[in-house]
Amino acid sequence: MSDHATTADAAHGHDEHHGFAHPMPVWQLLAVFFALVALTGLTVYQATFELGSMELVLSLLIATIKATLVILFFMHMIHDKPLNAIVFISSFVFVALFIGFTLMDALSNKEIMEFKEVPPAAPIAAAPAEPH
Amino acid sequence: MSAVATSPSYSQPDSDNFLVNSRGFLSWALTLDHKRIGLMYLVGVMSAFGLAGILALVLRAELMTPTKMFLSNQQYNQVFTLHGAIMVFLFIIPSVPAALGNFLVPIMLGAKDVAFPRLNLCSFYLWVVGAIFFLTAMLATGLDTGWTFYTPYSTTTQGPVVAATLGVFVLGFSSIFTGLNFIVTINTMRPPGMSWFKMPLFLWATYATSIIQVLATPVLGITVLLLAAERVLHIGIFDPAYNGDPVTYQHFFWFYSHPAVYIMILPGMGIISELMSVHSHKSIFGYRFIAYSSIAIALFGFLVWGHHMFTAGMANVTTIIFSALTFSVSIPSAIKVFNWLATMYQGTVKLNTVMLYALSFIFLFTIGGLTGLWLGALSTDRMLHDTYFVVAHFHYVMVGGTLVGFLGGIFHWWPKMTGKMFNETWGKISCLIVFVGFNLTFLPQFVMGSRGMPRRYARYVEDFQELHQMSSVGAFVLGIGLFIALGVLLHSLFRGRKAPPNPWGGATLEWQCASPPPYYNFKTPPRVNEPYDYTPLHFRGDDKGWEYVHPTESDAPRVDEVESKPATN
Amino acid sequence: MSHDSAHDDAHGHGEHDHPPFLAHHFDDPEQQYDAGKFGMWMFLVTEVLFFSGMFCAYALYRSLHPEVWTFASQFLNENLGAFNTVVLLFSSLTMAWGVRCAQLNQRNGLVLCLTLTLACASIFLGVKAVEYTHKWDIGLLPAGSYVPQFIMANQHHEGISPWLIKLSIVPALCVVGFAGWYGWAVAQKRKQAAEIAGPLLITALAYFLGVGVGILFQNAEQAAHAKEKHGTEHVSHEATEEGSEHAEHAEQDSGSPGETGHGETSGELAEGETVGHGEVETVQLVSSPPLKPGATPLTKIDQPGGAGLFFSIYYCMTGVHALHILGGMVVLTWLLVRAVKGHFNEQYFGPVDYVGLYWHLVDLIWIYLFPLLYLIT
Repeated sequence: MSDHATTADAAHGHDEHHGFAHPMPVWQLLAVFFALVALTGLTVYQATFELGSMELVLSLLIATIKATLVILFFMHMIHDKPLNAIVFISSFVFVALFIGFTLMDALSNKEIMEFKEVPPAAPIAAAPAEPH
Repeated sequence: MSAVATSPSYSQPDSDNFLVNSRGFLSWALTLDHKRIGLMYLVGVMSAFGLAGILALVLRAELMTPTKMFLSNQQYNQVFTLHGAIMVFLFIIPSVPAALGNFLVPIMLGAKDVAFPRLNLCSFYLWVVGAIFFLTAMLATGLDTGWTFYTPYSTTTQGPVVAATLGVFVLGFSSIFTGLNFIVTINTMRPPGMSWFKMPLFLWATYATSIIQVLATPVLGITVLLLAAERVLHIGIFDPAYNGDPVTYQHFFWFYSHPAVYIMILPGMGIISELMSVHSHKSIFGYRFIAYSSIAIALFGFLVWGHHMFTAGMANVTTIIFSALTFSVSIPSAIKVFNWLATMYQGTVKLNTVMLYALSFIFLFTIGGLTGLWLGALSTDRMLHDTYFVVAHFHYVMVGGTLVGFLGGIFHWWPKMTGKMFNETWGKISCLIVFVGFNLTFLPQFVMGSRGMPRRYARYVEDFQELHQMSSVGAFVLGIGLFIALGVLLHSLFRGRKAPPNPWGGATLEWQCASPPPYYNFKTPPRVNEPYDYTPLHFRGDDKGWEYVHPTESDAPRVDEVESKPATN
Repeated sequence: MSHDSAHDDAHGHGEHDHPPFLAHHFDDPEQQYDAGKFGMWMFLVTEVLFFSGMFCAYALYRSLHPEVWTFASQFLNENLGAFNTVVLLFSSLTMAWGVRCAQLNQRNGLVLCLTLTLACASIFLGVKAVEYTHKWDIGLLPAGSYVPQFIMANQHHEGISPWLIKLSIVPALCVVGFAGWYGWAVAQKRKQAAEIAGPLLITALAYFLGVGVGILFQNAEQAAHAKEKHGTEHVSHEATEEGSEHAEHAEQDSGSPGETGHGETSGELAEGETVGHGEVETVQLVSSPPLKPGATPLTKIDQPGGAGLFFSIYYCMTGVHALHILGGMVVLTWLLVRAVKGHFNEQYFGPVDYVGLYWHLVDLIWIYLFPLLYLIT
């Protein structure tokens, strides 16, 4: 819960020329971009393997690495005030609470386990898929 | 800025006051002044309250007899739906934060405005748009889903669910923007010298409320959006006809709507913290506990939503966990009540209108809170669920708590907002009638509920008729009391005595500026002092009110002498 | 401090120590910037929680019915998804670079960066339009209108989908309008107007670039499959990873002249199925809806019930994401106008930074959507 005091320090500590601005060096931006593209390639590549349950974990891990890169460098969190970081990261705590409790309940609830086949909404000729 | 003022200027030209500093319809409609936006909200939410209140009276009138009087079953469904939806979305949620909060937050911070004035105005107009959606829904065919829009009924009914859900969506944004604005304002615009623990407790409560608004409301947004999509496109996420799960809808809905209960009550608690201290003329007892308990309520509020769904088909293990977690909320709530009571102990309690409302709040909220324990307990809830016991419980919290607290707050800050003093005698009478009427309305409902009278029924067995009649008579008494309160306030606008800047002897910053405040709130940045230290206040008579005499200059350095920004806590 | 209560303007022009961009209720530019930035982070928090509802629905139904997800995800074209991911990443790069330009008071650089960001957004939407319309054509719709996948012998979707043409009307109008505006501005020598109209014209054209790329990718894949199919007569050929395209394109190709016949089509589909379920299943011939005279009967792909739910969630997630892209384009345009007017400098670059944060969040969500929706094997 800090704001003013840390702001003053952080801003003046970093960059005297631009006041409180902190421009990212171009090489960092480019490096992050190419890293992101490489990770995209990696995640497409790993999807071609049969990895079973590891697949989801792995693809989410790669996505999280990408997200971290974006947050740290493109969103400048690395130079941002800690409060902003705490606020943003804490949102994921609440997301986890929400999804966690809901899944915990729904997955132990047998009644919705079975999917039935929904009859087609309409014959094909009349389906909204037909734009003609 | 260099001008030295030993005490706030009590004689300001009338043209400076924010009510008249610019004139004409557009000067209000396009204003960015937080005080005017607050007043517009006040008028708006009170109109919504009036409308929903009349709907409540219609319901109570219908329930005078067990058989049909003038509402068909379907009409009854529509009326109680609109009563609930309007009260929740258009009145209670924006009531204290948007109306009183907008007016008070910047002034209590000694700031000129909230951080984002345009966003603030935008938020007000979003509220208006949402209100229009609701009125459209009402005038179209009548919404009959209950304010909760439970699937699968809401996906099959003929009512204007899409219009209503879009209204909720827009209102949600209004609420988010208000909360966001307050959080940023309190974080970045506190004046030099005002550390977190020198903030008035109303600000703590507002801050906690805003956290919930920002974190929970988006989930409501996506829920109603998916519900609208469910109706229009049959996406099937919540609709069992397409493999969806209605219980999941309830999870989504209550993930917002249970924390929303604390959006409703927390600001009321904040008001009471101010009222208790000022009108007991005694420093608040346990400042930090009250402050922390506000935050604790806000955070615990996210862990307990399942207690609305004990009988909805949740898994057993989840019901047990939610039931256990539910009791955690009672701890911070009880801390607050104990601290309020301890504040009065050995204080100079003045039983004026404001204090009567504050005492009513404590009494009614305590009943509401304690009956919540029955409902949080898994076994008793099985029996009491969806009975009048629930209705009585949440009305004790929402009406006995929030509404009474809101009224107390309005009476307390009315001289500040309008510059007029209201009639004390009639104010007290209004409070007594409200108190009696309220209890007469809702105490019988506890009895009915525990005997098995289900809620949301237009007809009932004759055994319940006497209790229902008591309740209906009480509702009308309550209505009369509220009407008198309105009359007292309106009367003061025309006949009221001119209010001094500090009529009650409050030590928070809003009492240091003129009544009503000028456009910029403070001509010179106010001196930040202990918010609940009443020793420097001296009574100068009814006309001049209380005056803040700074004890020594060295104790509290003047704002413009402070070089550094405030230390953090 | 001069006390000027008469005006309602947020900018305190009455106070001479305030630069024009500083709102009257802030003490200095830094406080204003901090407040705005904190507010933007709070807004991003609300966005995260807003999307969390859909992620929750996704997680719930995927963990209940993984086989449905494996089956349905085959109908998404992962090459287009990957292409769009890179496009969005690039737009994030230009956005971050734009923030840097604003902080260094480089007006032209900022305008260029914003133009590129807008163009990338537009390309993304163009590709998305191709993906969506293709699915609408073959009945991959939300649960309520989902059409179980038949081999639509009588429906060969070649050429440009009518839905795509309808969706492209607005961008086409934008092209015409912005071109006219740009021409007018150049003719009248209105430099500022031209600097705004030019990037907007590029943006509108970029949509069609996206559409072009999308169609190209899809045709390329169809061609690859047609070739592959003609090269092998039997179902036994390698198709383990490419099951999705088989399912999709068997349906596409089955009606074309010179097709070997019904039996092979079924075989192709069985193969797609194999991948989907992890076990061999046979294809059923089901009683088909009434057909036009002369059309071949339909064959239904055997599929798990509830496949429509996947597409419900797919449309909700990507649709809401696309709406965010559209909203981002609106604010980017607003930034562009202000950038051209030279509003930003090293003391006042907040709006660029805030919009940048928003834009990166939209990118961030796509980073998760891509593997979760497209890359399920």
